[in-house]
Amino acid sequence: MKQLLILSGKGGTGKTTIASAFIKLADAKAYADCDVDAPNLHLITKWDTKPQNSDYYGLDKAKINNELCIQCDACRQNCRFDAIKVQNEKYIIDQFACEGCGVCEFVCPTKAATLYPSKAGELFLYSNKDSVFSTAQLKMGQGTSGLLVTEVKKQMKSKNIKTDIAIIDGSPGIGCPVIASLSGVDMVLIVAEPSISGISDMERIIDTALNFDVKIAVCVNKYDTNIANSKKIEEFCNNEGYQFLGYIPFDFNAVKAINEGKTIVDIDCPSGDATKEVFKKTMDILLEN
Amino acid sequence: MNIAILSGKGGTGKTLVSVNLAAVAKNSMYIDCDVEEPNGHLFFKPINIKEEKIAVKIPVVDEALCNGCRKCADFCKFNALAYAKDKLIIFDDVCHSCGGCVLVCPEMAISEKDKIIGKVEKGVSGDVQVWSGILNIGEATGIPIIKKLLDDQKDNKLTFIDCPPGTACIVMESIKDADYCVLVAEPTTFGAHNLNMVYELVSLFGKPFGVILNKYTDGYNPSEEFCKEKNIKILAYIPFDKELGSITSNANIASLSNDKYKKVFAKILDTIKKEVSSEAVTNS
Repeated sequence: MKQLLILSGKGGTGKTTIASAFIKLADAKAYADCDVDAPNLHLITKWDTKPQNSDYYGLDKAKINNELCIQCDACRQNCRFDAIKVQNEKYIIDQFACEGCGVCEFVCPTKAATLYPSKAGELFLYSNKDSVFSTAQLKMGQGTSGLLVTEVKKQMKSKNIKTDIAIIDGSPGIGCPVIASLSGVDMVLIVAEPSISGISDMERIIDTALNFDVKIAVCVNKYDTNIANSKKIEEFCNNEGYQFLGYIPFDFNAVKAINEGKTIVDIDCPSGDATKEVFKKTMDILLEN
Repeated sequence: MNIAILSGKGGTGKTLVSVNLAAVAKNSMYIDCDVEEPNGHLFFKPINIKEEKIAVKIPVVDEALCNGCRKCADFCKFNALAYAKDKLIIFDDVCHSCGGCVLVCPEMAISEKDKIIGKVEKGVSGDVQVWSGILNIGEATGIPIIKKLLDDQKDNKLTFIDCPPGTACIVMESIKDADYCVLVAEPTTFGAHNLNMVYELVSLFGKPFGVILNKYTDGYNPSEEFCKEKNIKILAYIPFDKELGSITSNANIASLSNDKYKKVFAKILDTIKKEVSSEAVTNS
């Protein structure tokens, strides 16, 4: 199974819009949403069946039993995450700041500080006999998004669906969820936006992807909002040796389609037509050896 | 006064709003906490930049002292240490810098060294102080950079904090010291879904907030519906506007180059200031 990951660096360039169109065009049997921080793909991939839910436990969190606490302050002094506070003469843990490292438990002389398992999100698995869709939602303020991304990808493979390709929608940025989503995929399609911000972010996500053994290709979305910048992106790709797969126009129909729960290839529109061309080129690269 | 600008979904216009508000507010400060993809500096083009490298602590082992007891590797919750082939191996990339391995080592074989993960740049652009955090490529988390940016901000200046997308730990860190939150939303079901998430985040932290509906057009607007349903204050409507889009895509600050947009953002700033002061009255 060849895995295609869709990334962008900058948010809002159209990752999910293009991922959902690709899923449709490929009639994909295996796909996943790795944007566990702000997942949206489930809003547009129509599943009649309810997903199978499972709790995701990230790292443990600390708690302090104030009956055992002798207020020696060792935990607070050794916590690197400023997660231990004194309120009304009681030691308490800031659950959002705690990273579950266990240092407080180790330094506590009275066993007042202990670790306990803490739910950090939820996984959802939609499946039937021949297809699978894996997604998840991280709980607010949680820090272990990379681990959850890895779980989403594992879950997608757990059903052993026989298919040639898998399509994975990624998250914005270049940090831990993006790094986790990159491991093990065959190809990254970067959806760039023709703004100075978009170009800067594209260069940073390409540099991130270069640390992995993946094919890298770029397309420009909303190209006609700044044609000069769009040309710059194509030139950049040609100069640096990345595959440039084409231009997708800005299209109000795209917004309309998404708001009606459709993909842009479900309706007849310019952005959908251009996406079909990009899709063909993407498949040629993904499936070549 | 700290005003955080956040959105849940990426690309709704956080940087557009933060940059333009900071530009129309006199003598203000702009802090870019989107350290993975910082863009504010592209607009402000600050000068007189003072750069400071940001480092975290990672362990180093003195092999002459290590007796192979594996206590550090057993302790590390992040699997950043392993003992294999009679040698302690340290995986810098997954280390959370908790310092636990140093504490548990009975032979005092582990110490720490600095590892640079990014930098903070402090400059000025006109009368706006412009601070940006920039995470190095390949690093997992920019939280120490955000902490540094916000800890250093002791001024009473009107400060605009441009947050990363999402609602994870990195966003929470960015809004921790905010007096007011501005949520920027776009008129799509994706936008509305992610608006709901940041709405829950700011509610959980008890932050006063309002919404700016960006790229506003006639017709169905799921984000607007959401605001009405939840009785959320709508601070402003910024219409979908090709000219504004074009100025912004070239990394120019619309409110500085064009009187029309100067008025638009001055009005939004005014509304926000009124909201903030009425919140202050209600809570005093």
